Amino acid sequence: MMKALEYPFDSQWILKKKKSLRRKLLKEHESFLTKKIAVLGGSTTHDILLILDLFLLNQGIKAEFYESAYNQYYQDAMFPHEKLLAFAPDFIYVYTTNRNITAYPKAGDSPEQAEALLEAEYQRFADMWERLWEQHHCPIIQNNFEFPAYRLMGNQDGVFLEGRVSFLNRLNEKFAAYAREHDHFYILDLQYISARCGLEAWQEPFYWYMYKYALAVPFIPDLAFEVSKILKSLLGRNKKGLALDLDNTLWGGVVGDDGPENLAIGQEAPTGQVFTEFQQYLKELKDLGILLNVNSKNEMENAYAGLSHPDAPLKPEDFQVIMANWEPKDRNLVQIAERLNLLPESLVFVDDNPAERAMVSGQLPEVSVPELTAPEQAIRLLDRSGFFEITRLSGDDLKRNAMYRENMQRARQQAAFSNYEDYLISLEMEARIQSFVPLYLARIAQLTNKSNQFNLTTRRYTQGEIEEIAANDQYLTLYGKLADKFGDNGVVSVIIGRREDGVLHLELWIMSCRVLKRQMEAAMLDTLVMRSRALGIRELRGYYYPTAKNAMVKDFYQDQGFTRISSDEAGNTMWSLSLEEPYIQKNQVIKVVEDQ
Amino acid sequence: MTREEIFSGLNQVFQDVFDDEEIRVAEETTAEDIEDWDSLEHINLIVAVERHFGMKFTMGEVTGMKNVGAMADIIEERV
Repeated sequence: MMKALEYPFDSQWILKKKKSLRRKLLKEHESFLTKKIAVLGGSTTHDILLILDLFLLNQGIKAEFYESAYNQYYQDAMFPHEKLLAFAPDFIYVYTTNRNITAYPKAGDSPEQAEALLEAEYQRFADMWERLWEQHHCPIIQNNFEFPAYRLMGNQDGVFLEGRVSFLNRLNEKFAAYAREHDHFYILDLQYISARCGLEAWQEPFYWYMYKYALAVPFIPDLAFEVSKILKSLLGRNKKGLALDLDNTLWGGVVGDDGPENLAIGQEAPTGQVFTEFQQYLKELKDLGILLNVNSKNEMENAYAGLSHPDAPLKPEDFQVIMANWEPKDRNLVQIAERLNLLPESLVFVDDNPAERAMVSGQLPEVSVPELTAPEQAIRLLDRSGFFEITRLSGDDLKRNAMYRENMQRARQQAAFSNYEDYLISLEMEARIQSFVPLYLARIAQLTNKSNQFNLTTRRYTQGEIEEIAANDQYLTLYGKLADKFGDNGVVSVIIGRREDGVLHLELWIMSCRVLKRQMEAAMLDTLVMRSRALGIRELRGYYYPTAKNAMVKDFYQDQGFTRISSDEAGNTMWSLSLEEPYIQKNQVIKVVEDQ
Repeated sequence: MTREEIFSGLNQVFQDVFDDEEIRVAEETTAEDIEDWDSLEHINLIVAVERHFGMKFTMGEVTGMKNVGAMADIIEERV
């Protein structure tokens, strides 16, 4: 990760250095996830694409762009467009602003007239989104509207229905309602971003009249960064948790020296309020499914004493892993990740001490380490950084903390059994393994983009693609849900196989690492074999494509009894399992529930 | 600020924006002389020059600028 492209960044410096930055970014990563993005603009978008490109490269995503001709967003969307169709975008970003409003109400218009104009404007956009979805079947990101440049009715412009502030506010609410109803549609909150940057500077007229930019050029990085947050979130590149220091990060003072009773926390003094509000913010993040962990140089006893402070919003049970010892923090961070079955890069390290931050970023360059320079900046720093940018709130996200907690209970129980199989049986696992159903398509698409370790081919799918595959009988699809006596893990495994001449090509096989070593992969294979035979398939063909992260499944097919039929220098291997020979049921510990 | 100092600042900005350390601008330099200097890159140049010298051009000044010398004239007046 390049610090220069993380919040708080220097926008003008990025604009000036964009060419050399791009060169450096291309060298930084070994491989990139390539995605095609169509930007349909209602005003100049030239530098928006160039800067968005940089933020995406920093996330390991290499974008190929389609840029509509100046202000051709509507035409490109509504009329069959050869070039755009051939481009086949993975994402569409509609960059419109209040410069693209066709007709505002006028003073003296009746409420009905004002309402009709609002409806007409909304419908024009909604028609366009429908058409885009029909033609391209990919996620759409749509700007809402920034506040108008002037207010004819002054402070009442947001009150009277013919006022522009009122018109745009109501239009924004309609856009938001559309987003709530459509899983593939996301709002880029231009209204908030422009307000945050400062409307006066954002709407500096110079850039419009000279170059038809609907925002001041120096803010292009601020806009592009927000677009990149949505895209990386949709591509499963969000962070999953925080590794937090304690002394002077979660409270003021050093618990080991000052004693828990003398820490700055609680409502009595300004410093205490700062830390209390930061803890409350973290607790709210936890409720969204972000995993909280402690990474502190402390005696464990003191750490607990501080976390049990009566005025502190966070309690020890709000954390997944508490590491309080005198080991280097980079090592502790790796351990936290291991305990959670995550990669270290899924964690964000927060520490007030610049030396500790430098140590962690030096040892683990892929871990995000925001520059926490003053405690009162902590909330803003985490919020603006967008590490956990939410695009959809799935039930699984909200339950994530509970799931990880259950996992640790399982680990404790495992320690109590001498025999691993006895332990697995004691979990009373129950799996549901079925073909894709509409209810889980969003989760399935999300999983294909998030899974890196237990992922044989590392293919990524959009929700649109998953829908098409689910509807196509050339494909055999399976998803697996796993529950046990500690709780429900939700959808944890997905297989996509393509049928061709009696052979099933396994284009995707993934599993969430939180159910590793539970024989879930065996249960999936059992069902896969049974279903394949019912379709007259004679052979399963497996593929393993190595990446930097999926070494754990290098021998997966071999372990499952497949025979290797080819391999190349890059380490790609192809495997075969004949279904004409007897197959012995592999899973002995999970009860599999069949389709009704 | 001397004319020389202004040109040394301008050289630095031009080198950054066009990502070319060889660039040296003179009084008579125009967009014709620098390959990547098109109308869209012009705005980045203006923004970067403004930032470097801590000043702002008006629209009239930007549209009226004939060459780098004219740009330096305005900077000289302003800073």
